[in-house]
Amino acid sequence: MSNNKSYSYVSVQNTSAIEFSNIPMLSYEVFTEQVLAYFNAKDEIHCLQYFAIPKDKGFQFIIILANDATHEILLFGHEIQALNTKLESLTQHINAFHIFEREIHENFNITFLNHPWLKPVRFSENRADKSKKISNYPFYKIEGDELHEVSVGPIHAGIIEPGHFRFLCHGEMVKHLEIQLGWQHRGIESLIITKNKWLQRSILAESITGDSTIAHSLAFTNTIESLAEIKLDDNLILERSIALELERIAIHTGDLSGMNTDVAYQLGSAVFGALRTPIINFTQRWCGNRFGKGLIRLGGTNYPLNNDLKIDLATVLIEFEKKFKEMAEKMFNLPSVIKRFDGIGAVSTTKLKMLGVVGMVAKAGGISRDIRKSHPFLAYQNLNFEHVQFEHGDVMSRGLVRYHEVLQSISLIKELIKLHKNEEEFQKPLYQLNLKSNKFCTSAVEGWRGEIVHTAITDEKGNLKQYKIKDPSMHNWKALELSLRNLEISDFPINNKSYDLSYSGHDL
Amino acid sequence: MILGEINIVKHQGKQFIKDLTSVTLPNTFRGIPIISEDKVAENEIIDFCPVNAISSKNNKLSIDLGKCSFCGDCQHQFSSKIKFSNHYKMATNVRENLVINQGDPTEIKLDALAIRKEIKSIFKRSLKLRQVSAGGDNSNELELGACGNVNFDMGRYGIEFTASPRHADGIVLTGPITKNMAEALEIAFNAVPEPRILILAGTDAISGGIFAESNAIQRDFLKKYPVDLYIPGNPTHPLTFINGVLELTRKKFRR
Repeated sequence: MSNNKSYSYVSVQNTSAIEFSNIPMLSYEVFTEQVLAYFNAKDEIHCLQYFAIPKDKGFQFIIILANDATHEILLFGHEIQALNTKLESLTQHINAFHIFEREIHENFNITFLNHPWLKPVRFSENRADKSKKISNYPFYKIEGDELHEVSVGPIHAGIIEPGHFRFLCHGEMVKHLEIQLGWQHRGIESLIITKNKWLQRSILAESITGDSTIAHSLAFTNTIESLAEIKLDDNLILERSIALELERIAIHTGDLSGMNTDVAYQLGSAVFGALRTPIINFTQRWCGNRFGKGLIRLGGTNYPLNNDLKIDLATVLIEFEKKFKEMAEKMFNLPSVIKRFDGIGAVSTTKLKMLGVVGMVAKAGGISRDIRKSHPFLAYQNLNFEHVQFEHGDVMSRGLVRYHEVLQSISLIKELIKLHKNEEEFQKPLYQLNLKSNKFCTSAVEGWRGEIVHTAITDEKGNLKQYKIKDPSMHNWKALELSLRNLEISDFPINNKSYDLSYSGHDL
Repeated sequence: MILGEINIVKHQGKQFIKDLTSVTLPNTFRGIPIISEDKVAENEIIDFCPVNAISSKNNKLSIDLGKCSFCGDCQHQFSSKIKFSNHYKMATNVRENLVINQGDPTEIKLDALAIRKEIKSIFKRSLKLRQVSAGGDNSNELELGACGNVNFDMGRYGIEFTASPRHADGIVLTGPITKNMAEALEIAFNAVPEPRILILAGTDAISGGIFAESNAIQRDFLKKYPVDLYIPGNPTHPLTFINGVLELTRKKFRR
């Protein structure tokens, strides 16, 4: 495709900063044509981010596409000169764009014609139409004598975040599930601009969603450090990669516990729950917080991984791996678990591709998509591994991805520890830094849930002008909706847990 | 078949922590801070804090743990002045007790006289709580979930989380209270039969934390209803939570 000279774009690597003005602005017709050509030509293209920025009296739109085969990130955009513009939607051709166009519509009142689902995303504080209230969401309706609706939430039975689920049922069979989010909206994207201390911004990044503290923090630091042209020591890069893999182990293990709870397998529930503890307690010994809050800072860290900690970690992992394998082998071969996992909530690869799912859900459903492989960041360039891949898109596959990713993360951490050198000196955090002016940088990080993408643009003085965050849940919530079709409503909990999507990461 | 499961149980050994009131957390854990008498440029420290938790009065510094995000960066930047201890018993029923002054002992207590009488008589053996997250980032929620796991086993005290507010004796609130959740929170709270208690878990719930100035949050709920227990942390550690609730509800509580 890159040999087709008529395309107009800039190609960058993950996390590299460029002049914002280098991003070509096309007419909307050419823009659409180019996007569609990319998607029709190759499966390896997917959209990392598509957003609008107010400019003069109109808007500037930037699209960020990832080519998984060539490891490039492609940037281009288009502009409109007036408010209340109507544009033909991309979603009518490629479903995966639905969430991006909905977000732009919600925030800026730009209408996308022929968009099949132009509904509010999160009822954000800065939405264009304040008359739209979260209590008045336009749910999809089906008429029929024997149909009924079940509405659940925003507050759920468990200790989890709020979201509203509306099931359209025929008897106990779910015909359609619609998930309404936005309850958790805290205005993080605006706060990152308005809070002017870098420490405040670091804390915001680690509060986006607590189960991905490390992953979101890394997407943030990668982006900002690139814009400030800060060079990192090898050791710091290795430590950050170790932290990211530890987070993957901890959350996957906790989720396996939850999945066992939801199919009433008490031993699996208790054992995986207990196994998560030594991992997060190690993180606490490392940095004082079980979720890694405080560990990732711009330009350095207050908590270097010293030799004692490395020995500690290696010991923890040996013990963990033995017990984890023993439990997982038992559980995945247990008929009562298999019966409740196998084939349940399956979504076909074709549909998952249409939705543009990412991360764990993609890897469980026959789509090869892992930023660590396709657009390596931190230390992943130097690691020799193939990401885990399963095909069936059901609860079982999502469970198996977790199981195998935990084992893989353990071996990756062992590799990373080997590369890490014992040094007294370490990079300390920077609390004052200057970003280059008029730059653009996007950074993708493969958290346990999938790709987290942070994008920043600076103004002529080097201040942050725009900050965009994408949690993988933005794509993957729709897949959960499809999973429930023609399933019994009682299968919802196990499906929901098998995805374990983020509310706060989606609502921001 | 069953042999495999017996082996797993055997290999797991005893997971529960015998005495939850006397555990020692690692030194890296950030609990109650100690502020030394060291002379430093106070304005620099006050300005450094990302959540305006540090203030100064008569040349004495204090840290408000209801606002503190427990990032701990201040103890690295101003190591002679501030040191976070691993004391995790930080819960109190009096908001002002969360303010740690220069030279204070590393202790935060409940004011026994300020606890409503019915709490110790009705909830002393059984306390069912309903958790509501209103903008929590799910780290607090995960820690509250962990309170009931095989390690902490809060259920041994008769303290559990319920699925419905109708079955609950109180609400544990996490998160800064988003505008979008404000109404649902109030409905859930009012669905709890009286007498009921209100517990705030985590800095975001107590003060709004880093989100205090966000225009997407709406904290009027807290103006209407009295709070029975403030449990600081970012997130609240299970030990902080369990010890706090025990101190609130038990007639005798060993510190």
